Parts: sequence; C-alpha cells; structure tokens
Amino acid sequence: MTSAEIRAAIIDILETIAPDEDLTNLDDAKEFRDQMELDSMDFLDIVMELRKRYRVQVPEEDYENLVSMASTVSYLEPKMVDIPAE
Amino acid sequence: MYDSIIIGAGMSGLAAGIRAAYYDQKVCVLERHYTIGGLNSFYRLRGRNYDVGLHAVTNFTPPGAKRGPFARLLRQLRMKWDDFGLSPQLVSSISFPGIELQFDNNIDLLRSEVAKEFPKQIDNFDKLIESLVDYDDLEQKHFETSTRERLEEIITDPLLIEMILCPIMWYGNPRERDMDWGQFCIMFRSLFLEGFARPFDGVRLILKKLVRKFRELGGELKLRTGVSKIKVANGRAIGVVLDSGEELTGSNILSSAGAVETFKLCETREDIHAHTTGQLSFVEAISTLDKYPRELGHDKTIVFFNDSEKFHWERPMDDFCDVRTGVVCTPNNYCYDEKDGDLPDGVMRVTALADYQRWRTLDKSCYQAEKDQWFEKVQASAARFVPDYRPHVIDTDMFTPHTIHRFTWHENGAVYGATRKWLDGTTAIDNLFLCGTDQGFVGIIGSIVSGISMANQHLLARS
Repeated sequence: MTSAEIRAAIIDILETIAPDEDLTNLDDAKEFRDQMELDSMDFLDIVMELRKRYRVQVPEEDYENLVSMASTVSYLEPKMVDIPAE
Repeated sequence: MYDSIIIGAGMSGLAAGIRAAYYDQKVCVLERHYTIGGLNSFYRLRGRNYDVGLHAVTNFTPPGAKRGPFARLLRQLRMKWDDFGLSPQLVSSISFPGIELQFDNNIDLLRSEVAKEFPKQIDNFDKLIESLVDYDDLEQKHFETSTRERLEEIITDPLLIEMILCPIMWYGNPRERDMDWGQFCIMFRSLFLEGFARPFDGVRLILKKLVRKFRELGGELKLRTGVSKIKVANGRAIGVVLDSGEELTGSNILSSAGAVETFKLCETREDIHAHTTGQLSFVEAISTLDKYPRELGHDKTIVFFNDSEKFHWERPMDDFCDVRTGVVCTPNNYCYDEKDGDLPDGVMRVTALADYQRWRTLDKSCYQAEKDQWFEKVQASAARFVPDYRPHVIDTDMFTPHTIHRFTWHENGAVYGATRKWLDGTTAIDNLFLCGTDQGFVGIIGSIVSGISMANQHLLARS
C-alpha cells in the first residue's frame, strides 16, 4: 500500500469508530486526541482494527506513534508496504 | 468454553457483550427473564406500550459533543448519535411548598432560578459546580465521603440543599438519607450539566439496537437462562451453573446482577457485603389520559416534588409507601421531531418510595387491594404539584417493589442497588467482575458506559 492508501485505510477505520465525525477537514499534523477527543480505549480499537483488517501488529510500546494521521501513516508505511490495496 | 460469560441482558451486560464481541471473543449474555432490559425494560398491555424504568435518558449531550459519557459510548459502540433517537426535554422542576426551581438542558436556567429564589446563594451554587469531581477522577477513597457534609460547607441555606438533593437522590442514590459524594458528582453532571432526553419510541429502541449489534458481531444471547451458581476453584471463577443444571465454562465472568446478588451465587459464599444491600424501592402509578397533559396546562417533562422543607430519602418505616416526595414524569413533554408528532396517548407516571418487605409478604388478593389503594394515594399526592389529571384517566398500570424484584432480581427490589459501589469492578474472586448498577454508574447512558469500561478493563485486556 502507498502512503495515500494507508491514509485512506485509517480514515476508514476512524469512520467506523466515530460514524458521526466529519473527517474531511482532518488535520494530519494535529493529534487525533485533540481533534476527535479519542481516548486510550479508542486507540486500542484502532490497533484492533488494523490487526483484523490487515494483520498488522502494533505492539503496545509503539502506540505513541499513532498520535496523529501523519505519524500513524509514516509508522505504518514499512509494515504495510507489501500489503496489496483493496 | 467461552472467553467471557456475562450475567444479565440489561444495558450494561449487552454493552459489555458488544465490546467483547468486537474483539472476536466467544461471548454469551445470560438472562434469567424472558425479555431483555433488566431495570430498563418495556412491555405492552391492552394495546399500549409502556416503559419500565426510563423517565428520561440522563447524560444527554447534543449532536457533535465529543466529551462526556454519551459521546464516549457512541464511539465505543460504533453508533451514531441518531441511533439513540433522543429528543431533549422541555423543562423540568423541583417543587417544594411555595417554591419551585425550574431547569432544562442548559445550566443557565437553573442558575437564574437559584439566583432568583436564593439570591444570597448564587455564588455558593457556582462554587458547588466548580467543586464537582470529573467522571475520570473518581476514586474509591473520596467517592464515599458525605454529600450532606460537603454541601453544608458550600451552601448555607438548608432549603436549597434539600432542593438540590431531591432530584439527584431520586435519580440515583442507593443510600438512605445521605449520599456518596462521588455518586452526587456523577448525578449532578448527568442531570444538570448534561441533561434529559427520551427516544420517541422509548427504551425499546435502544435495547433493540444493542441486541442487534451484539448478535451481528456473533454474540450469543440466551433468554430464560438463569444462573444458579458461579463455579469457583482455587479463588478463581471458572464457569456458571444454569437453573437447568447445565454448566458453562468461561475464562472471565462479568456480572450485572448486583454485588450481593453475585456473591450469593458463588460457591465460596461471601457474606461480608450483605450489610450493603440497598433498602430503597419504588412504586410507580402509570396513567393513560384521554387528553394530552399540555391540554391540562402541564408542560413540564419531570417534576420532582417534596411536601415539606425537609426531604426524607429513606425506606418507609411504617407503611407500604411514602408519598411525601415523588417524581412525576410526562413522556409527552419532550421536543419530539415534527415528523413523529406526539405519543398516541397522554401519559403521566408518578413514582413514590416503597417498602419491599411489606409488599413481598402480601397474598394475591391483598396485593391487588394495596395496589389499588396506593395508586390513588400516589396520584393524590402528585396532584398537589401538577394539574389534577385524575378525571382524564382512561387506563392504568402500576409496578411495585415486588415487580422490580421479579424483573431485576435485585435484593429488596432496590432500584439503585447496593449502598456501596465497586468502582473498579473487581471482586475477591479472580476472573469475576461486576458491571452495571453496583459498579457505580446508573441511568441508561451510565449503565452502558459501565458495561463498556468494565469489559475494556477486565475482559479485553486479557484477550
């Protein structure tokens, strides 16, 4: 997957978690926590969805990489480069 | 072998089940009764729909709000704000003799009412709001301090203290006379800083959505499946024995049956908490009218009334009920969508305190006679604080502590459960956890949040 495809995949997961959220104006540089008030359980759900959908494992010590869209995409790029886009 | 066995298909058990199922657990929810809902259920009688429990969904926040229990719940259950179909209240009141405080879903109204009726107390009232503990900062140690003592330090007019306590105790205090400060903070937020709302179709809408979601995710819901025993080996819960004798094994057991009720199911009987059994139960007189309440001049959503300057929150000592205080709920008086219009009938529900021990010992004919008698007394008491709707009653129903016990299995028919709460949900038995009323959150949103957070902490952390 390219970084654009990974971004789209994350948006899809966020839409599942917060169906009311309008993500069109999501600022990739800003923390999810500040923009969407996500808490630690919501992050666990993102990790779970990555595992379910793409079999990507995110160990607990790496959760800090998931703070914003930009950091999430750059963290996932090497892990998801071999995964074909849907 | 289940990953998680959940006891009770009320709001908290179903929500916990959804969380476990999201995480691909093999999970079942066991319900003794033939229907879902527990404390918040629904039924049909003579062609009309009734809600049990629900007067108002508290913790209401408008669409787009990202903070607070309701917003958190929606994300955790992957639901849309619209899924709950909530319509906000019109206006409610706290009515004491000769004095009334109105409030709605914006704290400014209550503030201005306090400023008008208690001009010397408005600064103190603001101080009270500032001193409330936030949901996330509740700790067992501070949770149990006396609310009356805290209020007396802040507010110097005893009448205002009683008027604040009346609605808050009515909507969630399991203790007699005083209240845990933590519980007070939760309730003050959910009633006054968040607010009241109701789904047009009542509580059934929320319950049905929860069940559908749980089943879609592969969860098993077993009705008419009571648990007679929780099997414990070497201090660990390992499974349950059903009323039928069948045994189920599970890695974790989460019980919404109540604390004392759950401990009684364990083989290693833990009686040390028996003294925490709640004592407060209710009757409710439900009337269907031939007019809408607003046509009789009644436009309030909820009226909390008390007929003297002192509010008595205790089990009736020498009678079946205590009608000095009560709650009048008018399900018609919400801002429903124009497309929905109004409910098919006018409805008035009046709740009063009742003594479970007296109600449970009655034989069938005496039970009916007491019901009829107290129905009249409860209505007459309410008629002092709302327009007298009695000439317009065309159908009635009533629930008593006996009914509450039958549907919830709570000891003493205690609606708000035990007098202490198990905030972290753990018990002396490994792998056995509590959620629901006795974990600490009450109300519809509160109990759903309880199920979610206990599942997250105790069922998912290990999967």
